[in-house]
Amino acid sequence: MGLLMRVAETGRTPVRFVLNGQALTALAGDTVLTAVLTNSAQLRNSEFSGEPRAGFCLMGACQDCWIATESGQRLRACGTLIEEGMRLVTGVEAAPRSNIGPNEMPSAGTLT
Amino acid sequence: MTALQPVIVGAGPAGVRAAQTLVAHGLRPVVVDEAPRWGGQIYRQPPAGFSRPGRTLYGFEAGRAEALHAAMADILDRVDYRPDTLVWSAEAGRLDLLSRGRTDTLPYGQLIVATGATDRVLPFPGWTLPGVYSLGAAQVALKYQGCAIGSRVVFAGTGPLLYLVAYQYAKAGAQVLAVLDTASFKDQAAALPYLLRQPAVFAKGLYYLGWLHTHGVPVHQGVRLLRATGDAQVSGLYWHDGRSEYRLPCDAVGFGYALRSETQLADLLGCRFRYNTLQRAALPECDAAGRSSVPGVYLAGDGAGIMGADAAEWAGERAALALLADAGQAVNTARAATLEKQLARTAAFRIGLERAFPFPCDWAAHAPDELVICRCEEVTAGELRQCSQDTGAREMNRLKALTRVGMGRCQGRSCGAAAAEILAHACATGPDAVGRLRGQAPIKPLPFAAMLPQDGETA
Amino acid sequence: MKERISADVAIIGGGIMGASAALFLRRMGLSVALLERDLCGSRSSGVNYGGVRRQGRPATQLPLAQRAHGLWARLPELIGTEGEYLRSGHLKIARSEADLASLEAYRQRTRGFGMDLEMLSLRALRERCPWLGKAAVGGSLCPEDGQANPRLVSPAFALAARRLGADVREQTGIDEAIHDGSVFVLRSGHALEVRARSLLNCAGAWAGTIAAQFGDTVPMESGHPEMAVTEPLPMFMNFSLGVEGGGAYARQVARGNCVIGGGQGYALDNQRARAQRSGLATLSQQVLGLLPALRHAHIIRTWSGTEGYLPDRQPVLGPSATTPGLFHAFGFSGGGFQLGPGVGAVLADLVRDGQTATPIAAFSVSRFSSSPRVATTGSVPSAVA
Repeated sequence: MGLLMRVAETGRTPVRFVLNGQALTALAGDTVLTAVLTNSAQLRNSEFSGEPRAGFCLMGACQDCWIATESGQRLRACGTLIEEGMRLVTGVEAAPRSNIGPNEMPSAGTLT
Repeated sequence: MTALQPVIVGAGPAGVRAAQTLVAHGLRPVVVDEAPRWGGQIYRQPPAGFSRPGRTLYGFEAGRAEALHAAMADILDRVDYRPDTLVWSAEAGRLDLLSRGRTDTLPYGQLIVATGATDRVLPFPGWTLPGVYSLGAAQVALKYQGCAIGSRVVFAGTGPLLYLVAYQYAKAGAQVLAVLDTASFKDQAAALPYLLRQPAVFAKGLYYLGWLHTHGVPVHQGVRLLRATGDAQVSGLYWHDGRSEYRLPCDAVGFGYALRSETQLADLLGCRFRYNTLQRAALPECDAAGRSSVPGVYLAGDGAGIMGADAAEWAGERAALALLADAGQAVNTARAATLEKQLARTAAFRIGLERAFPFPCDWAAHAPDELVICRCEEVTAGELRQCSQDTGAREMNRLKALTRVGMGRCQGRSCGAAAAEILAHACATGPDAVGRLRGQAPIKPLPFAAMLPQDGETA
Repeated sequence: MKERISADVAIIGGGIMGASAALFLRRMGLSVALLERDLCGSRSSGVNYGGVRRQGRPATQLPLAQRAHGLWARLPELIGTEGEYLRSGHLKIARSEADLASLEAYRQRTRGFGMDLEMLSLRALRERCPWLGKAAVGGSLCPEDGQANPRLVSPAFALAARRLGADVREQTGIDEAIHDGSVFVLRSGHALEVRARSLLNCAGAWAGTIAAQFGDTVPMESGHPEMAVTEPLPMFMNFSLGVEGGGAYARQVARGNCVIGGGQGYALDNQRARAQRSGLATLSQQVLGLLPALRHAHIIRTWSGTEGYLPDRQPVLGPSATTPGLFHAFGFSGGGFQLGPGVGAVLADLVRDGQTATPIAAFSVSRFSSSPRVATTGSVPSAVA
């Protein structure tokens, strides 16, 4: 269940990406933030309280929307466009096995 | 005549008009833009592949937005446009840039700083929950991504943006549960004489308000925001109307209290700052033409004090004219005078806006100890108060050193205003007496990897 | 209306040197006026890297460092806070056989000073510090060295001194300091005059000017060590890191941020300094070689400060060569933080007793004077009645 709700511009090319090991779809032109938050409700956990965070200003000021890739890279979700094949982790438990393809493993999901 | 090597930081209304003016005088400025495309925040252009027309995106401002976009498109081959480029530090004669994972330096002879603004935030408990966003964020989500921040949204805070965003959301088909304005009807009535100085702008405001009423969006004024609650995301917002407490079940909240200027570069450049009572913030000084206290550095637009998009365009043009004149070039002094008159006229309207949507000066007194002020470092109001009490700290940088407020990734953008209110209240003084957070480079996080030489990273 | 105050001891400078001296003098029962131009602990003492380290110091500094080490252990009792002090261990890595030999020689030379240095072979290093980059071939570990937060510790000394009754005046720069034949007289603007039998010059990078006013000239220069800090990262550094032969140093704080130091920034004016890009680029390169785990990390802030350097990289600590009752403590050349509490204790000894058990002859201001002087051993006739 995502946070963000699409109200327009839904006729764009799909872009496939992976979130916490789960294969998902976004639309070309989505930021990483939109791609993730139309599918789920957080981008990361706070380093200190461990509570979920999903960005705040959407304009590159608040620095809340940092998200990690499976390889350990960090991106600012509101300022990065989603790309085909991106593999992202948010600190949420990987999706149940049944949603993952036979050859895929849940991500090791570092986080923070 | 001085050698001209102008650089403009920012490609919003101020930056674009400044560029246009310099180009008209035969120069080729560098325009450094953090965004992928010009337009700034208010006239942000969606990514390629989006299809909504300007009327939908920008409403009544569509004409101005499209004119601004066209102005930049028209001069694109005559400027050195650097999109996706952050200026992370600045000093005399040189900017430090970060673009696509690489750093670089850019020399300049003259600089126009047009870095714009972001929302001014006065938090409430629960504001870090997923689903709680700034008003600006709510607007960006809709304008730039075609998304609403939730399916049942409450808008709160105060300022003209509050009504505009609520209107835009309702018009786009999102469910707007309520608009909660901390300003009272009395405030707005009292501001009328000032607001009438810009009748067109005022009329728009009335229109949004009227439209919301007509379309059944409840508007409550004179409210106090209490807290947002929820598990992993917001599910309710509590507020008070002076008599009773209410709870609004919702899945998103957009809030804000007008805007705050992005002044970090002006700070790093050594511009002198002065406290501005109306904006309740320390701002870099500049004269009517936009000259800062540093020769060769000009300031234009919201980045030097909130003035609105129209005024930002005038300020950008005026600053460019000052830059040219200071370098010995002939400029149209009548035009410069007209621009300054227009800018001066907006001042009265700005006073009106502040009176109509006053800053809630009692916010700090009501902020509970457990309220997280600094969301990067998770420092609470109670910790700030305790520190001031224990150590006698009365100054923002000292408070930062001792409590870590403002020490996180955002360097105080989200918490600076609120922290100053808390400290001032704790010291029984005004926010003008507690100083301001010093800018430090990099003004936004800088990847280590970007500092490496071009040929490769160390193993 | 001029305010006139008198104290047994006047101290110029509210950094860790002056503030710890104020604290110890108060504990001895002497009256103290501490005058700080800005806010206590806001300069070098508050913006340094935060290493609390004995390893690597010249042998002449080790007795002082040992004394300080004992005081660091008592921080909560002395200043009411731990200031994030952690004995995380300090690992000085070697990048070559020659470096290893040098570290081993240092270990031999400094036995008996209680540092318990342990040499780590390449294999031991890989086992205990898997996070270290390939350039490290071995190292020397000082298990009880560590780190602290200078922003918390230094101001806390001044606050503790004030709570014990020191008259601490912030935003109070000293415009004039003289000895009128009987007492020291300090003037701050037209508002304040301070008289004292003893004067401590703890004015950091600006202390040379004060020393010169009393004829103790020293060839001091300002330097600006630069620092960078990352966002919070998962904990991976089990030791603070230094490098034999210099270069970069790094530590990870309990909240996860990595603080990196190395290279020089530049001065904005005679009060403030800033990190510079070229230095940061070099530092980033070195750091990524040492700490590959930082390859995806970001610098979120950089800073520098103004530090006093003397040509032999040793401080001036001890009595004035010209003026009885005047004692200097400055020029710590980037290594003063750990020594701070020890310096304060030594200064308090000197004021009260005219001598100190801690050897400080190597830090005599006389080593810079052109006219021949008898080397002092730290004993001077006490100027305190």
